[in-house]
Amino acid sequence: MQSLTNRSKVVSNKQMSFAERTYLIPIIKGMMITLKHLFKKKVTLDYPKMTRPMAPVYRGKHILKRDLNGAENCTACGLCAVACPAEAITMVAAERKKGEEKLYKEEKYAAIYEINMLRCIFCGLCEEACPKEAIFLTDEIVKPSDLRENFIYGKELLVEKMDHRYDITKRQKHLIK
Amino acid sequence: MTDSILLFKFVLAIVTFAISLGVAAYATYGERKIAGLFQDRLGPNNAGPWGLLQPLADGGKMFFKEDFIPAASEKFLFILAPGIAMFTALMTSAIIPWTSPILISGALYQVQVADIDIGILYSLGFVSIGVYGIMIGGWASNNKYSLMGAIRASSQMISYELAMGLALLAVIMMSGSLSLNDIVAAQKGSFLGFLPNWNVFKQPVGFLIFLICAFAETNRAPFDLPECETELVGGYHTEYSSMKLGLFLFSEYINMFISSAIIATVYFGGYNLPLIGRFVTDPNALAAIGFAVFFAKILFFIFFYMWIRWTLPRFRYDQLMHLGWKSLIPIAIINLLVTGAVLILKDYL
Repeated sequence: MQSLTNRSKVVSNKQMSFAERTYLIPIIKGMMITLKHLFKKKVTLDYPKMTRPMAPVYRGKHILKRDLNGAENCTACGLCAVACPAEAITMVAAERKKGEEKLYKEEKYAAIYEINMLRCIFCGLCEEACPKEAIFLTDEIVKPSDLRENFIYGKELLVEKMDHRYDITKRQKHLIK
Repeated sequence: MTDSILLFKFVLAIVTFAISLGVAAYATYGERKIAGLFQDRLGPNNAGPWGLLQPLADGGKMFFKEDFIPAASEKFLFILAPGIAMFTALMTSAIIPWTSPILISGALYQVQVADIDIGILYSLGFVSIGVYGIMIGGWASNNKYSLMGAIRASSQMISYELAMGLALLAVIMMSGSLSLNDIVAAQKGSFLGFLPNWNVFKQPVGFLIFLICAFAETNRAPFDLPECETELVGGYHTEYSSMKLGLFLFSEYINMFISSAIIATVYFGGYNLPLIGRFVTDPNALAAIGFAVFFAKILFFIFFYMWIRWTLPRFRYDQLMHLGWKSLIPIAIINLLVTGAVLILKDYL
């Protein structure tokens, strides 16, 4: 029957000749293939010294944004925790007191906000669920550690530092349109 | 005069020892680097510039590992085995003529630790004693994988020694001597007018057989059945740890170095470089060039060993035995007969 692809090869069981049975020529062919690889461009990256370029919307470690004045955007509404399919996010809400207007944008804020980075699957649903543009994923990678406790990131690790602001314009979908 | 010869030989023995160890150490680095390059990786590159201090790091690691001796093992033999492997590997380097004689204060010195008349027999002898290291190590471990590795090693080495000896015999018939010095001297000049007078051109079949057998004798891929990680865990050195394992692994690389040296000596003219005699006459300069040429040949063969290792898959055990007994030995015998016939015919012509 005619094959559709023309890629199939006819197999035969004929006895090999002596020259074929020595496999000398196939061995030399194989050696030439490995020799070619010796001079090929290497696929390995010398990792700590070099890193691969990341996509501008890479989904890595989270960040809790502050607004332009430095007040935290998060109002501890809990939508991110509800949206999280891996149940990685927990928080405790608190009421803003007088004199804390510089610290928190609205009357309610997250006193404790924790993400378990071992549970997190970096899907970005928290980012999508957030109505206040408070949580975003960054292109940073969660640092390795040999203790499980070190992977529960609290506010001290998540909230954006004012001297090291993180650009999120590429991640704001309503602006990109 | 005898005193100075003694001193010279003593120094040479130490230098040979140091070179064997040094080359073997860097062969481990080279193996890892070349394996990396062949597989489109970078290989070790963090210890020192280009990873050049990697052998030191590896050696240090080996020394600081726990030296474990299994309770059910035969302790004396267990400790003795890596020593035998290392000793036999190092001993073979004594007969290799490193370069042409050098001139020191008016006297010519052979750059060879021991110029014995039966050089090749001596090396074959030590290679065959080398199997005891592996066999005793595998047996004394009291582990089924080790024992299977040891059995494989012994039968493999015995099978391939035969073909190796037969292939060498053809060369010995041509040069009329067992001394490596004479074999190298017989390869001076040119062959058929344009080729160097190397045995590889006169004995291509013998060379091929010898090369295959050298792979088998050093337990290198595709004949690494005694180790055979995928089937036998680690083969004969499964139970070994720390520097005892280090000695086994190291002796493999020394064997590789020495067998490369023997291939270069017997089939590739040793320290001979064609036509060099026309341009350089000073014996010391000749010796220096000869040494460099010889080393280039050795390094090529060490590279060749690695090249083959990362190209060919391992043989199945029955294939190994088929190749040894049913192919190599008959071909080696035919080669021997043809060589003999040609040598006789040459006398009549």
